[in-house]
Amino acid sequence: MSAVAGGARRPFGLAAYCICLQGVIWREGLRFLHQRERFVSALVRPLVWLFIFAAGFRQTLGISIIPPYETYVLYDVYITPGLIAMIQLFNGMQSSLSMVYDREMGSMRMLLVSPAPRWFLLTSKLIAGVAVSILQVYAYLVIAWFWEIEPPSWWGYLTILPALLLSGLMLGALGMVLSSLIKQLENFAGVMNFVIFPMFFASSALYPLWRVQEGSPGLATVCAWNPFTYAVELIRFAFWGKFEPLSFAVVLGCAIVFLAAAVVAYDPARGMLMRRGG
Amino acid sequence: MNLSAPLGVAAARPAALSIEHVSHAYGARKALDDVSFSVEPGAFAVLLGLNGAGKSTLFSIVTHLYASKTGTVRIFGHDVARQSGAALAELGVVFQSRTLDPDLTVEQNMLYQGALHGIGPREARARARDLIGRFGLADRLKDRIRHLSGGQARRVEIARALVHAPRLVLLDEPTAGLDIKARADILALARRLVEEDRVGVLWTTHLVDEVRPEDQVVVLHKGRVLACDTARAIMAAAGADSIGAAFSRLTGGAAEEDA
Repeated sequence: MSAVAGGARRPFGLAAYCICLQGVIWREGLRFLHQRERFVSALVRPLVWLFIFAAGFRQTLGISIIPPYETYVLYDVYITPGLIAMIQLFNGMQSSLSMVYDREMGSMRMLLVSPAPRWFLLTSKLIAGVAVSILQVYAYLVIAWFWEIEPPSWWGYLTILPALLLSGLMLGALGMVLSSLIKQLENFAGVMNFVIFPMFFASSALYPLWRVQEGSPGLATVCAWNPFTYAVELIRFAFWGKFEPLSFAVVLGCAIVFLAAAVVAYDPARGMLMRRGG
Repeated sequence: MNLSAPLGVAAARPAALSIEHVSHAYGARKALDDVSFSVEPGAFAVLLGLNGAGKSTLFSIVTHLYASKTGTVRIFGHDVARQSGAALAELGVVFQSRTLDPDLTVEQNMLYQGALHGIGPREARARARDLIGRFGLADRLKDRIRHLSGGQARRVEIARALVHAPRLVLLDEPTAGLDIKARADILALARRLVEEDRVGVLWTTHLVDEVRPEDQVVVLHKGRVLACDTARAIMAAAGADSIGAAFSRLTGGAAEEDA
């Protein structure tokens, strides 16, 4: 029978790269559809913040007019970009969790025995995760719209997209680096405590930096060094149809650095995979 | 005995798998110590060793999960470290741990594998249907992996490893955790690949009863190759009447303790 033995080997050309990327995204999408709890919890988390936290703080916390806003905005409006970035932060960390899981289950190895270059495989995996996070963000925005949180123009829903792509890449690449450092699934709680919470709270997600500055100049400095702050600001400006060059540069730079670190971490010759002994 | 000489007929064409002087250590612990052997195209070769013999490390190096500290691994002449793309394209792998997506169907798992090798959905679907049909699971194509038995899932994994038509298939303890019937099925299936399709198979195991006298056997023990020949020749050299006895003599009785 000749069902098994194949013909001449084709080189891994551009078409093959496209098929490979599509396949990885398609699988991530299918898995996402099968994990409905994950989708619901990804959606409930920011909504809890919005409906409870923001509603409570609405009265006590006034936001003065700061760019990109040209009028007074409600606190709910102010924290929406922060919550969007939080969705992506959680998603990025969850993808890293799934990479640890994949590695324990061996499907990570399945991915890595593909003849495509490893940086390409990792980037594909990253893009697949970002695509899922963008779906979650738009689902959140739909609900937020009913809560009367909307950009000044409908264009905001479009201009936010490239910002989401970039911030998603940065946070996903960060998760990927962490996934190479985490040895077992149980350590994910540590990621929660030492990565997600500090990144989220020490940023401009919940309060503008000038307010932090008044309260604690030290914390303000930390916030100013936190790449998450720039992801939030990039999204905030983009949602308001504006472009913030500094945030763009920081987020792009961090995304490149984190991705490079992830590629090194998963490099066969230098990587961390070796220490664990497979 | 020259361990690096190819098994079987020496030929000018490159070996399906050629491992030359591969050593590897995790810190101070030496997992592989100057390992050399080769597998000819279309041969059924058994890598026999106890748990901890270094089989998994060797597997990780051959599949390019990480690079060996010294030595080279070639698949059909392609250096795994330098030309990993060309080398991995010739290679099908069945890992010891289950690597199918349990929530995806048989077909979806096969399509994903095809995509990883740059094979589009249409072609991959046709190959999946062929292979799965051949492996007696035609009616399970649209079933989720979760609903298959252990033996069926293993067969799907082997079919999946063949989607891109590799000329060498590595199977790492493929019968682990299966009952006797499923074990026999999987073994027969792998042997059929060699006999009917001339696909080279490297079969890793610690179970001596999976070895036939004419098989090429590499005995790996504590990171070193102790013997590399046909099972029959190894038995003769050790003066044993079974491969199990030969193995235990070679490894100094270790087989009786652990196997």
